[in-house]
Amino acid sequence: MNEQPPPRLAVQAALVAGKDLEIEWRTRATLSRVLPFAGILVVLFAVALDPDRGILPRVAPGLFWLAVLLCALLAFGRSMDLERGNRAGIGLVLSGADPAAVFLGKAAAVAAELLVLEACVGVAMIAVYDVDVRGVALAVSAMVLATTGIAAAGTLYGAMVTLDRSRDSLLAILLLPVLLPVLLAATKLLGSATSGPSPQDRLWLGLLAVFAALYGGLGTIAFGSLFEEA
Amino acid sequence: MTVNLRRMVAAITVASVFALVLYGLVIAPPDRVQGDAQRLMYLHVPAAWIAYVSFAVTSCASALYLIPRTRHRRWDRLATGSAELGVLFTSLAIALGSLWGRPVWGVWWTWDARLITTVVLLFLYLGYLALRRVPASVEVRARRSAIAALVAFVDVPVVHFSVIWWRTLHQQPTVLNPELNPQIEGAMATALLVGVIAFTALYITLLRWSYQLQVAEETTGAGDLAYLVARRRNTSNPAPSVPSLTEVSR
Repeated sequence: MNEQPPPRLAVQAALVAGKDLEIEWRTRATLSRVLPFAGILVVLFAVALDPDRGILPRVAPGLFWLAVLLCALLAFGRSMDLERGNRAGIGLVLSGADPAAVFLGKAAAVAAELLVLEACVGVAMIAVYDVDVRGVALAVSAMVLATTGIAAAGTLYGAMVTLDRSRDSLLAILLLPVLLPVLLAATKLLGSATSGPSPQDRLWLGLLAVFAALYGGLGTIAFGSLFEEA
Repeated sequence: MTVNLRRMVAAITVASVFALVLYGLVIAPPDRVQGDAQRLMYLHVPAAWIAYVSFAVTSCASALYLIPRTRHRRWDRLATGSAELGVLFTSLAIALGSLWGRPVWGVWWTWDARLITTVVLLFLYLGYLALRRVPASVEVRARRSAIAALVAFVDVPVVHFSVIWWRTLHQQPTVLNPELNPQIEGAMATALLVGVIAFTALYITLLRWSYQLQVAEETTGAGDLAYLVARRRNTSNPAPSVPSLTEVSR
């Protein structure tokens, strides 16, 4: 009997990402919680900073990424819950899928969900905070690179805390300090996209790319032992 | 660590702490501009130095634990003890820096790049210690913590680059500056060197205690469990004697 060779890493990752996204499409468990949460954050930020002072358009880039980071914490918790429910993770381990592919697939699925979230929050802030986006290409580049880094780091840390009962708070303690460079660079870039380009934009884009590559690489190497023990 | 080496480290710790008090408060002259407030440097800089050394030791020990050929519980204990001390000395460096900043800069705190990144480093390792408290088997916890420590250590280059990119209020390094030209007076340099030696010796002593404490905790924990099991058995089936804790621990 001829044994079929296992599919390539990219194919395996695409299968895992497809599985997670299909579950999300059928249940809408993540976005149905995260989108209202993001909406209330947009309102609360405006109330806290007083919309009449004209400060909101200036601080909108920072508020945008804060909202995304807080919502991302919920998304990562849900991503690992998918494998805990009905002990689905054991099935994934027994399927013979490469752990690196599982990491890349899960990170890609969360990244896709976060991009949908960012589009919704972005449209809401443009409308409600009266933000003028001049550099759409720069904003999209920043969003794609930052989201890749956030998804990679979040998936890695999500696998570390999945055994803990109070994993949401632990994930916040572990992940938010790590994501500070992303918050800084992405806020600077979104600021440039709304108020005009800056000579340092390339530097910040480079930082986001390095961060995404770094945590993507670390996750690909380390996820296996973390996932199997969980 | 042999008994002689242990005694030598203890003696160096005590002697260098006394020498630091003498040099820092008496022998070194007050700074021409900052006055006596500058004497905080002899504590602040060594504390920051040891904070970085602690995190480097945690990372190296974690890496050694993850390599199958060198995997041993001792690396996990060393990483834990060093991370705890790293948190202690980072907090000390931040607190002392704040006390120094008030008379010199006029503020307790400023949004300076190095300050922010040092605080982030502190939170990274508080997270690491929180992760260690998640219930898991010894092996699982050690491996997971080792990975977390290495991932957190990636933040250190960000600390470095942030200083270069966002050069702000914080004083540039006086001794280890890019030109390698120390800008410091002789007695002050000696006081700083004594401070570094004192803090390093103190770190080694505390690390050894932390290591011993972990070993004791592991041993006592196992002994307690065996003792409780033995006592429970005796309760259900009364027997003449219950083994003492020390007997079971043996």
